[in-house]
Amino acid sequence: MTQRDIGGPAQPLLRVEKLLKHFPTKGGLGKRRVVRAVDGIDFVVRKGETLGVVGESGCGKSTTARLLMQLIQQDSGELVFDAMAVGGHQLPLREYRRQVQMVFQDSYSSLNPRLTMEQAVAFGPSVHGVSQREALQRARDLLGRVGLEPTRFAGRYAHELSGGQRQRVNIARALAVEPRLVILDEAVSALDKSVEAQVLNLLLDLKASLQLTYVFISHDLHVVRYLSDRIMVMYLGEIVEVGPTQALFSAAQHPYTQALLTSMPSMDPGNRTRVSPLSGDPPSPIDPPPGCRFHTRCPHAEAVCAQAAPQLTTTGDHHYAACLMVQPGAGHSQSPPAGLIYTGASA
Amino acid sequence: MNLSMLRPAAPAIAPVERSPGYWGEVFNRVCRDPIALAVAAVILALLALAVLGPWAVPGDPFTTSMFKRLKPIGTEGFPLGTDELGRDMLSRLMLGTRLSLFMGITPVVFAFFIGGAIGVVAGYFGGWLNSLIMRTVDVFYAFPSVLLAIAFSGALGAGVNNALISLTLVFVPQVARIAESVTTQVRNRDYIEAARASGAGAFTIIRSQVLGNVLGPIFVFTTGLISVSMILASGLSFLGLGVTPPEPEWGLMLNTLRTAIYTQPWVSALPGAMIFITSISFNVLADRLRAAMAVRS
Repeated sequence: MTQRDIGGPAQPLLRVEKLLKHFPTKGGLGKRRVVRAVDGIDFVVRKGETLGVVGESGCGKSTTARLLMQLIQQDSGELVFDAMAVGGHQLPLREYRRQVQMVFQDSYSSLNPRLTMEQAVAFGPSVHGVSQREALQRARDLLGRVGLEPTRFAGRYAHELSGGQRQRVNIARALAVEPRLVILDEAVSALDKSVEAQVLNLLLDLKASLQLTYVFISHDLHVVRYLSDRIMVMYLGEIVEVGPTQALFSAAQHPYTQALLTSMPSMDPGNRTRVSPLSGDPPSPIDPPPGCRFHTRCPHAEAVCAQAAPQLTTTGDHHYAACLMVQPGAGHSQSPPAGLIYTGASA
Repeated sequence: MNLSMLRPAAPAIAPVERSPGYWGEVFNRVCRDPIALAVAAVILALLALAVLGPWAVPGDPFTTSMFKRLKPIGTEGFPLGTDELGRDMLSRLMLGTRLSLFMGITPVVFAFFIGGAIGVVAGYFGGWLNSLIMRTVDVFYAFPSVLLAIAFSGALGAGVNNALISLTLVFVPQVARIAESVTTQVRNRDYIEAARASGAGAFTIIRSQVLGNVLGPIFVFTTGLISVSMILASGLSFLGLGVTPPEPEWGLMLNTLRTAIYTQPWVSALPGAMIFITSISFNVLADRLRAAMAVRS
């Protein structure tokens, strides 16, 4: 683990620039149409933080995760990991994949049914040249670290473990190559609530002891709030709002974020959600609405929203939203006057 | 001197509890299956006969006699009668096991490796490579296998080696298809993604993550092909495209004895019975293996 931190603590661990991925649709006559799964997004992941990514299903969260892991190739855009371009000569893809790892949602299908748990965890290190014996030793240490007694679990197969135990193995497997960034794609969503809480606490412990950085993707706002330092909200392949967890929950700027927050189930029976804040499904990402993509479902939509696409605009300390209502001089009846510039620190 | 003193001191890895694993469980299940054990015993006996044939035969399988032609079953000195040239049927059937099994198993073994490799590569890489390989395979697949075997054999000429080559060519597309479809299913699983994410190259992933999950189904399918191969090989010999006389081989024996079917029906049917028993044994074994491997815990 020599020279892990290249650019110093202020340098973002991962900078994502204009990342774009369109999937061609199958069949059909006439011109080929595309699913705009991720449509040109920019964001950073800072060293040591947990970045939560939320949004409805189909908004591009998982595509983003797979792009970050480089399991699929982006159409355009760049990833810069600790000031080194991913895939460039400073950071070839193979080396990048030692620094970034991923935990998948389906704990069963992400473990090879023919391998024992120690073999599954030892695979990564042995790919990177660690001797078989050492890799197995490391696998057992890691199994112990994620709370699975090695003498009991190292020789077991995936079908003999419970969902929570399997997800612990998946976490151990991701950590086995000593990554700096771990992408958790709905990693706890398939677990029941009590097990989910245990795994979340395990993730927090591991993050502190191994100085990890997380990108935590989930549709569960409670869980994201519990774990994240910053939250990024996605809608139809775009980022609509990003900001510190506290600011986002107390003062959401984008009507979509506000709707998401009001849809959260409350623990207080006197405060339960009575009317659904949003109705219908999001529009198809094959043919997204012009202008602001949310205007078809937005309670504050005006004529201008169907014409002008909003830009991410700062609204406070490290807090950005893409809505004409916060964009100065955008033409919406609620937009601030043109020329108004927020003077707080920028991201 | 103690052996352990020669080894450099290594940190001891504590023993762990081990599960029998998938193949262990399949083996246990087969061992508890009386039908599978019975056909396995038949196949082992045939294999032993194939190996020990020349030393085990009671008489000379090549000595002809004009006076002892087409003797019935139970004749003194010829427990299973004699063929149209007066040769001892029992000896010829026993010695024939060797060639018939060889002709049945060899093409399938070659097809297992060649077709398996083609199919796994096509399935794993997908895309245009898959289309190229599989469409080529489909061309061969379009012909009935008997026709294809005869066509290849006819083009290459008679003889055991050419028969083996043509049979291999017949089975490669079939194995490749199965291998491709199983691999395509496996390659979309998350654990393959995870293996790619850990930085492993394609062939490392195929070797350590894919093969363990696809070899079983491919193996079962090819085991089932052995019976087809035996019948096709017998057919080629029957048509004069495989084994040449006087070598004993069941298909060829069936051919030469067919003219005697009205005079000695039981003797004439014996090679056919051997082909039947052998091919059904391999078929049943493949079927029981499939059943043992299908159980999900």
